[in-house]
Amino acid sequence: MSTLTHTPVPEAPKSSAPARRKTLTWAQIQAALPGALRKLDPRAQWRNPVMFIVWVGAALTTLLAVVEPFLGGPAESGGTSVPWSFTWIIAVWLWLTVLFANLAESIAEGRGKAQADTLRKTRTSTTAHRVVSYHPGTDPAAEQTPAADVSSADLRLGDIVVVSAGELIPGDGDIVWGIASVDESAITGESAPVVRESGGDRSAVTGGTRVLSDRIVVRITSKPGETFVDRMIALVEGAARQRTPNEIALNILLASLSIVFVVVALTLNPIASYPASPASITVLVALLVCLIPTTIGALLSAIGIAGMDRLVQRNVLAMSGRAVEAAGDVTTLLLDKTGTITYGNRRATAFVRLDGVRERELIEAAALSSLADPTPEGKSIVDLAHVEGVDAEAAGNGEIVPFTAQTRMSGLDMPDGSQIRKGAGSAITAWLEEDGTRLPSSVLAELDEHVEHISSSGGTPLVVAVKTGTGQRRVLGVVHLKDIVKEGLTARFAELRAMGIRTVMVTGDNPLTAAAIAKEAGVDDFLAEATPEQKLAYIRKEQEGGSLVAMTGDGTNDAPALAQADVGVAMNTGTSAAKEAGNMVDLDSDPTKLIDIVAIGKQLLITRGALTTFSIANDIAKYFAIIPAIFMGVFPGLSVLNVMGLHSPASAVLSAVIFNAIVIVFLVPLALRGVKYRPMNASKILGRNLAVYGLGGIITPFIGIWLIDLLVRLIPGF
Amino acid sequence: MEWWMLIASVATLALALGLLYRPVGDYMAWVFTTRKNWKVERGIYKVIGVDPSKEQSWQVYLRSVLYFSVVGVLLLFLLQRTQQWLPYSLGNENIDSGVAFNTAISFVTNTNWQAYSGEDLSYTVQFAGLAVQNFVSAATGIAVAVALVRGFAYRRSGTIGNFWVDLVRGTFRILLPLSIVGAIVLIAGGVVQNFNGYVDVTTITGGTQTIPGGPVASQEVIKELGTNGGGFYNANASHPFENPTGWISLFQCFLILLIPFSLPRTFGKMVGDNRQGYAILAAMGTLYLASVAALAAFEFAGDGTAPQLAGAAMEGKEARFGLAQSVIYAGTTTLTSTGSVNSMHDSYTALGGMMPMVNMLLGEIAPGGVGAGLYGMLIIAVIAVFVAGLLVGRTPEYLGKKIGPREMKLASLYILVMPLLVLGGVALSFAIPALRDSIVNESLTNTGSHGLSEVIYAFASGANNNGSAFAGLTASTPWLTAAIGVAMLFGRFISIALVLALAGSLAAQDKIPATAGTLPTHRPLFVGLTVGTAVLVTALVFFPVLTLGPLAEGLL
Repeated sequence: MSTLTHTPVPEAPKSSAPARRKTLTWAQIQAALPGALRKLDPRAQWRNPVMFIVWVGAALTTLLAVVEPFLGGPAESGGTSVPWSFTWIIAVWLWLTVLFANLAESIAEGRGKAQADTLRKTRTSTTAHRVVSYHPGTDPAAEQTPAADVSSADLRLGDIVVVSAGELIPGDGDIVWGIASVDESAITGESAPVVRESGGDRSAVTGGTRVLSDRIVVRITSKPGETFVDRMIALVEGAARQRTPNEIALNILLASLSIVFVVVALTLNPIASYPASPASITVLVALLVCLIPTTIGALLSAIGIAGMDRLVQRNVLAMSGRAVEAAGDVTTLLLDKTGTITYGNRRATAFVRLDGVRERELIEAAALSSLADPTPEGKSIVDLAHVEGVDAEAAGNGEIVPFTAQTRMSGLDMPDGSQIRKGAGSAITAWLEEDGTRLPSSVLAELDEHVEHISSSGGTPLVVAVKTGTGQRRVLGVVHLKDIVKEGLTARFAELRAMGIRTVMVTGDNPLTAAAIAKEAGVDDFLAEATPEQKLAYIRKEQEGGSLVAMTGDGTNDAPALAQADVGVAMNTGTSAAKEAGNMVDLDSDPTKLIDIVAIGKQLLITRGALTTFSIANDIAKYFAIIPAIFMGVFPGLSVLNVMGLHSPASAVLSAVIFNAIVIVFLVPLALRGVKYRPMNASKILGRNLAVYGLGGIITPFIGIWLIDLLVRLIPGF
Repeated sequence: MEWWMLIASVATLALALGLLYRPVGDYMAWVFTTRKNWKVERGIYKVIGVDPSKEQSWQVYLRSVLYFSVVGVLLLFLLQRTQQWLPYSLGNENIDSGVAFNTAISFVTNTNWQAYSGEDLSYTVQFAGLAVQNFVSAATGIAVAVALVRGFAYRRSGTIGNFWVDLVRGTFRILLPLSIVGAIVLIAGGVVQNFNGYVDVTTITGGTQTIPGGPVASQEVIKELGTNGGGFYNANASHPFENPTGWISLFQCFLILLIPFSLPRTFGKMVGDNRQGYAILAAMGTLYLASVAALAAFEFAGDGTAPQLAGAAMEGKEARFGLAQSVIYAGTTTLTSTGSVNSMHDSYTALGGMMPMVNMLLGEIAPGGVGAGLYGMLIIAVIAVFVAGLLVGRTPEYLGKKIGPREMKLASLYILVMPLLVLGGVALSFAIPALRDSIVNESLTNTGSHGLSEVIYAFASGANNNGSAFAGLTASTPWLTAAIGVAMLFGRFISIALVLALAGSLAAQDKIPATAGTLPTHRPLFVGLTVGTAVLVTALVFFPVLTLGPLAEGLL
């Protein structure tokens, strides 16, 4: 007996990484400028308490700068005099702070806008051929009933339209009759046409895509203005952006910090008036603006928009920001075996001959019977035979016996009267024993042993047997069909485990096979012989235990599970029901992408956390710049606290304000790109990010303010 | 020399507390989780009409706390206003209504700010009024902390325990037995315990002296154990009848720290993960050691003209036991919400005097008042978890509970309350001309930065329910009695309301199982982050006023 263990090397999975593009270009900034200026309107600032305070501070300082000359020039502050230009320069920099924040948001929005414009082109109204009265029973193809031409904008839910080759599909819907190849490049960017057909999991079509061949009858499933494309446009433009729970919670923290600092600033003068002399209003405003978390306040919405944009770049559409955040929290991933964990099809990996059979004979028979077999499994047998040096091409002109669910085998009837069959073990033995004579028990025992061995290793045994014209029956051997686990997945699952995410393989296979593949792929658990109901039940059970579950799905029967899951990613090739139920749609229909989505969700939160930490840590240096500056006039001893050696009180305050403004600009690329995320356990990530953004946030402003002060002291009077 | 004394004393404290951490913590956890009621307790429940097996929602729990406290304030007020007609009046008059009101609030809020002089109160008021509140106000603090812990421990629950049961058990099973043991030790150590009243004696030189007596030891023990701080005598623990020897002084520190430092164990036990208790303990311990060390460094260095001349910063110190005992006592009493003193904080060096102030402004979380310290520290931990959770890319969660918008709202408000009261109170005192007049002319004898420090100290002490004072300030003016009364009231009960609301919100949640992606909250990194959060929040809010007060004075 010989076992051939060659495994055909599958091609590497298509990389779904987006093309690298520059985070920030001058063109983007220029394009964003008008929008940023428009946002100086206080009504636009109102939603963001931190920036609203800066806005009020800027307005107040400007007013002061205007009236100051009439009130006897700039006041002295805290016992030291300040130059006449002080209030003006502070006012300018406060406006710049607001402007920089607006610019960050506008740039983030601008990146989505380009995508939205492309999408909008597909939305131009087309003519739809609406079937006046559709009778699915008598005329499913709608060939007899007349069709009226209406504008696609006038289509209503439930309308039936006919679309022929070359026409644009007028709206989102399900194919009720026919099959067609459709060009969906307008939505997915993928130029290869896809096949869409009625009944089944590939029946959904999207408005704005073009039918390339054939003719289909479509039932419209969305109202005008609420189509998939409309939602996409709203999403990428950020118009439909709703604040997520984490964002709200963070906003509360930022707001309460702002309130504390407003109180600190408001109470400072009354308190200072007793032992020292009060600071000028300009200085107080400067102090307040430096203390409130402007860095994160300015970049918060840009981070959110950019996070959604990163998903869009990967051709994933999230229906809400909430879903993206939930993705970061996912603790259980439900992954379909086929297509996600393994390549779509099983492949032959070995021929196992029975005693007394020549190996070549087995391979030839297997290859011959598979020649006309159109399934990938069949092809893989021919391929493997080819690798073994057996070319079956020359032989075959017999009668093909196709696979049926009843016989559970397929094969070839040769012209010489001999028959080759391959199929499940029980089916083949039944076929061989048709005439009532039993096979020798030694043969059956040996066969059983091989079948059992292959099954228990997760493979599928395909028994090959032959009946000659003379009625001679022989079992030749077994073809070992195997699921091939995609390359690199095992490592990926290990990464996920390190991140605290359990992976669960979902398959229709029997538990034995499933267990073997699960072990090979390295998933944590599996759900064998899974029905949609079981899937749903499994998700519920996980959620009951407090887990957050993510899954992918495409079929209509996946819809309940997709809706139940915390993150349900529907494949774009799937049915509308599935797309409706999920909270994300993957335009590439690549189930492996679920893992990327999780990373993007985490990255979004980390970016927010990092900038918050940085922003708050900055306050320490700003205090050391401003507080001694305010009161050094009265208490010269406080100069000990002027650790940066800033030149004068006026230059110290101005330097802190300038630093506060330009740090926003420096961090815009980070906000747009997101903090780098490496899959590791939480403790390590925390240590690393605290070191970079916490410690960095403490040190950076000391250096920054000191450097700025070196320049500011050159301004006359400072 | 002083350093060695300090280290030896702190090490002794640490050893004693360390040995008792587990037994006392576990015992308290049992007290608050067992279903069995003692006979005495059942009697009490019957009298007040409470079903001990029925738990309360956070709203009902809060209402119970408030009812109980209002009744406590009224009773204490009445006792003081009628003391001359009650037994053991010692010839004392009824207390003035303003002071009586301030005192009533002060004792019910576990502050024990003493606008009165201890000697003015009759034994009946001391015993039936103040001592009772010393017990139940402490028990209330523990109850609220335990309710918050239940919030973390329960899953999908509409209730957070029963206040009356927690109150009764805290009093009868924890405070009372520990007090009895403690009182015996104190009496053995020389603390007086009698009903002698004032005795006139002739001294050796022939003069006469009035020697006060009284049930001091029994009052003293709960004053420390319940982190109350109201002294039997006006001189508090610097009076030799309250604090006769050096080791009793240290023992009093031990009593103060015992429950606050053991409650983390109770917390760990109740949430089913003792490591979480150790983490909180570590955060408290770190802050405690750092603070006492800083205070010692400032005092031992003895900057300033007078200390330099005298050779040490001995002004206002406990001269009998030396600097180290004063420093430990000062640190201990202000890091908890005790407020009893054995030295005069006002007389510390400028920077040294800043430390007791900073201790209170930290929110008294290291280890804090009984109960109040634990819930204060847990709130800081929630804030730290929130930032850290974002940093690891997960919706922040603490002990399996999500820290969402509602939780953040409550925690943020909690953090806001105390700074608002302190800064608002101090600013009003100087901003409104009439009040400023009162402060400058009636209350303050010092001017400039030191005068400001005294006012900051008073409001910090009131809002944090500490009760100690920078003694130079005359606090019996109408403005300060009223303002500090309000600060005590709001500082205590707004915080408690927010904590109980948070407990309710957490208890209603399900528990998320921990995975490798969950932020571990028992590691040194997280302890460091919690300590950092506490320090940063305090520093950012109070740096300006501290600059104007003690820093301006100390950095001349």
